[in-house]
Amino acid sequence: MTVHEFRTRPGDAKRGDASDGAVLADQVGGRLSRVDGPAKITGAAKYAVEQRLEGLTHAVLVESTIAAGRVRSIDTAAAEASAGVLLVLTPDNILPLRTATDWLGTPPPDVAYCPLARDITFSGQHVAAVVAESFEQAVAAAALVKIAYDEALAIVDLSDPKAGDGIPVDAMTKEWGEAETAFASAPVRICNAYNTPREYQAPMEPHGLIAKWQGDQLTVWEPSQWVDGMARTYAEWFGVPFENVRLVSPYIGGGFGSKAFAYGYGAVAAVAAKMLGRPVKLAVTRPQTFTAYGGRAATRQTVALGADRDGKIQSIVHRGVNETSVDGMWVEPLGSVTSVMYATPNFSSRQNVVRVNTVVPGALRAPGENPSAFGIESAIDELAYEVGIDPLEIRLRNYAEQDPHAKKPWSTRQLREAFAAGAEAFGWSKRSPEPRSMRDGNQLIGWGVAAGTYPVRRAYGEAVVRILAGGSVEVESSSIDMGQGTYTILAQTAAEVVGVPAENVVIKLGDSRYARAGVTGGSRLAGVMTGAVHKAASAALDQLIGLAISDPASPFHALQANTLVVADGRIASPRGNGPEVSIAELLRSVGREHIEAKGDTMPANSTVEDRYKNYTTIAMALPHTEGDYSRYSWCAHFIEVRVDEDFGTVRVSRVVSALDSGRLYNPKLAESQWKGGIIMGIGQALLEEGIVDRRYGRIVNNNLADYLIATNADIPDIEVISVGIPDPHSSVLGGKGVGELGIVGVAPAIANAVFHATGKRVRDLPITLEKLI
Amino acid sequence: MRDFSYLRAGSVDAAREAAALPGAMLLAGGTTLVDLAKCGVAEPETVVDITHLTGLDTIVIDDRGATIGALARMSTVADHAGIKSGFPAVSEALWQAASAQLRNMATIGGNLMQRTRCPYFRDPSNFPVCNKRSPGSGCSAIGGVTRSHAVLGTSEACIATYPGDLAVALVAFDAKVHLGDRQAAVDDFFLLPGATPEREHAIQPGEVITAISIPGTPAARRSTYLKVRDRQSYEFAAASAAVGVEFEADGRTIRDLRVALGGVATKPWRARAVEEALKGKVLEPEVVRQASLLAVEGAVDHGANHYKIQLAPRVVARAILKMGETA
Repeated sequence: MTVHEFRTRPGDAKRGDASDGAVLADQVGGRLSRVDGPAKITGAAKYAVEQRLEGLTHAVLVESTIAAGRVRSIDTAAAEASAGVLLVLTPDNILPLRTATDWLGTPPPDVAYCPLARDITFSGQHVAAVVAESFEQAVAAAALVKIAYDEALAIVDLSDPKAGDGIPVDAMTKEWGEAETAFASAPVRICNAYNTPREYQAPMEPHGLIAKWQGDQLTVWEPSQWVDGMARTYAEWFGVPFENVRLVSPYIGGGFGSKAFAYGYGAVAAVAAKMLGRPVKLAVTRPQTFTAYGGRAATRQTVALGADRDGKIQSIVHRGVNETSVDGMWVEPLGSVTSVMYATPNFSSRQNVVRVNTVVPGALRAPGENPSAFGIESAIDELAYEVGIDPLEIRLRNYAEQDPHAKKPWSTRQLREAFAAGAEAFGWSKRSPEPRSMRDGNQLIGWGVAAGTYPVRRAYGEAVVRILAGGSVEVESSSIDMGQGTYTILAQTAAEVVGVPAENVVIKLGDSRYARAGVTGGSRLAGVMTGAVHKAASAALDQLIGLAISDPASPFHALQANTLVVADGRIASPRGNGPEVSIAELLRSVGREHIEAKGDTMPANSTVEDRYKNYTTIAMALPHTEGDYSRYSWCAHFIEVRVDEDFGTVRVSRVVSALDSGRLYNPKLAESQWKGGIIMGIGQALLEEGIVDRRYGRIVNNNLADYLIATNADIPDIEVISVGIPDPHSSVLGGKGVGELGIVGVAPAIANAVFHATGKRVRDLPITLEKLI
Repeated sequence: MRDFSYLRAGSVDAAREAAALPGAMLLAGGTTLVDLAKCGVAEPETVVDITHLTGLDTIVIDDRGATIGALARMSTVADHAGIKSGFPAVSEALWQAASAQLRNMATIGGNLMQRTRCPYFRDPSNFPVCNKRSPGSGCSAIGGVTRSHAVLGTSEACIATYPGDLAVALVAFDAKVHLGDRQAAVDDFFLLPGATPEREHAIQPGEVITAISIPGTPAARRSTYLKVRDRQSYEFAAASAAVGVEFEADGRTIRDLRVALGGVATKPWRARAVEEALKGKVLEPEVVRQASLLAVEGAVDHGANHYKIQLAPRVVARAILKMGETA
């Protein structure tokens, strides 16, 4: 068993730089480097499927090759006879499972759950699995499983004539004023359709797991954005108590929304392990990552903007559609940015979902806000040209001084500051307004701007903090670090509160045995967990000081002090008029092995059931408009593109983004996250598209050579500027969301820059060369 | 489990002998063979490892040109001073191919044997129909997703694009493939699909590529490789052109011109019509653009790849004009 814990390294603590002022790297707000970095760089970090277990077996999935129909028969004889094969799982012999509670907390119907399908609703669906002694044996035998189908007609995508208009999602409707009437009578009207294709999370670490049973105890090593939520799913599938499932996920090689749930392949591996009485490893292949779970749904929006001749918006009429699967429901909230970005007296947004033969789509960095921003932030750019106003100016003219939908003041909204700081750094005032008016040889140059936003999602968290005999501090939480920096910011938080160097803090994450945590998604974890650790660490410090003051064996006992200070691991009286001892010396003198405190941010009267619900579903998440304020993070992207006038190729040559994520717990890591989002946005704008063969309803570019994500060569230097101020209404320590914000608005900023460069408006992502040639 | 034999060849002759075995495939850098074996396309019965053969990775530059050993790595050749100065198009084609990791592994001989990226070819379990894999079964690409498919040299049996870059430069400069006792012009080494798309190379069982040679010419010395693609790195060409120009003493009149296309044809595509149209002409932008349209004479699109017919002549023209600028 690997011990997944980190100490910061000596030297890091002094790496604060000018941008964090006087803040030490050790403290919240300091630029401490990632404490898990060396383990990942050197390969010492052991990921889920790298665990070496005695008696490990290997499972390989067999997938449907049709998009719709029914499995008529499965011939497993040849596979079963193949060397090393231990088990061929099919819908006919798989152990029946129970349906689990979903992530929203919806009680499950009392029906059996089978992760292998007889009724086929998409190409690539799991139909069977082969378990063998070796991976190679399992691969070879999987190819011998013969499946006969009765094929039915598939609806392949949103544009399929059979798809229809879909199902209205009333919960998505947002309306005020008389939007249609006001649009019809507006002096300036624009109305266009904007499309985004299927996009995939494409994490560097593909999905997979190792499942091992000991009696009715299940251990699962699986990369997870939600250890407790996934442990609950496994427990409910198998009808064992939640505590019987241990989910271990100390490292995650990227999630981007795709690793928050237990999926069918996890059930397959866990069932196989139970049936065989041996641990089973199932590594999802890269092509399978395109169908074993869902990427971002394809979307279609129409945005109608009615405005006066000064560009002041009078009405927004927005209609959105996203695809979902035949038997699952995914709503990509397309009106989420549309309804809050600009002030308008009249507004209407409605959304439908259309069932097509695909795997149920899922979360991908800023689900909803991302495509929503592509619609509204392209549309306002079109309006700017229509009325002849600078694209930045038109955004300021329509600035929303309060939440136009919730009709509440913003907790903080530094978007005006973001526009100003970004424009200044970019040199926006030097922009030549006419399209096709800037060039360098064959390269047409365009400058575009777009804004982005993401709501502050809040929840409750829990942490255990221990002050150990040696003077170091240990923090435990089942929350996870998928690269965003949880290990590091929690070390900074505990170090600051207790008063020890960050290198003396050990953070343990990603194990469902630890103190509970909700989902790491929706950019909520940092705010939740810094709050919980702050609380637990404060309680531990109180105990430490209490002991020092009151324990007869303490050197401070005679001092009769009201309080003591702890700094750099040493305890002293505030006025320095008494002894000074290290934490270790104090604990030794009072005879304590350690001090432990558990802290959570749940309301005081919370029940055990409340806690379970809070940490294993999102049913108790606090609405971002709860109470007196509306809480969002904000950003503005300024982007330069160079478009080859003959070839249609687009290269992003400059990015300046100014972002408001409130207070930053670690600016270095926040900047990295923002840049990561921007990089992903560049890929989304120019490259990413799941391409469906419409004859078979199958994604044909299901690998990383053909599904194009941005490479280093596609990415210029990116300048990010923090314009946030502490937001006490958003989190305990004043931060807002970081992880998802950066991607929101990048694609429209690029599309707007491409229009400025070429005079061509591309409303269908990605902006590939044939659209501009 | 599907077993195969592994033989490590101790000499070129031993390699030839082993390569003549039924179902034998040579293993050099492995970047194509291992990839194709993983996706179920390559099913060798015998893998003949030639990476331990000595003397096959040398690069010799002399009066006649360059001779590059078959086992020289792509990255080594790309960075070779003599290649960079005498054959810039070759170096540039290599630099723009694949990724740094692949270039460090892949060999020159293996590169010539690279197979198409046609997604239907590469996915036997979902697309059993493919004339390249199963002769006579049909073509899954026709009527499917064709954005990356060829517009030149296609047949009713196959529209798969030749994906490589290096061979495009080689075919422009009349390079030869050394196959032991015989040498084949690169242009002849790559075969059109016709009715037999399963045959991609004019190589016989038991033949081993030992080297390629490129004649040193003024056109090769003044040459470039221009690759156009949506992604700046690690993507196959939407269209590419290898171009070499030799001018008369006036520095403007074209004496010799070499043009070959990549990313648009079923094999590395020499555009002789463009060459002939411009030889003896003074290099003028409009003349070059007009002549470059001849590069796609006879092109046939399959819908989504229509843009290649527009794009390829523009790539050719840009590359030729760039050579003029350096005159």
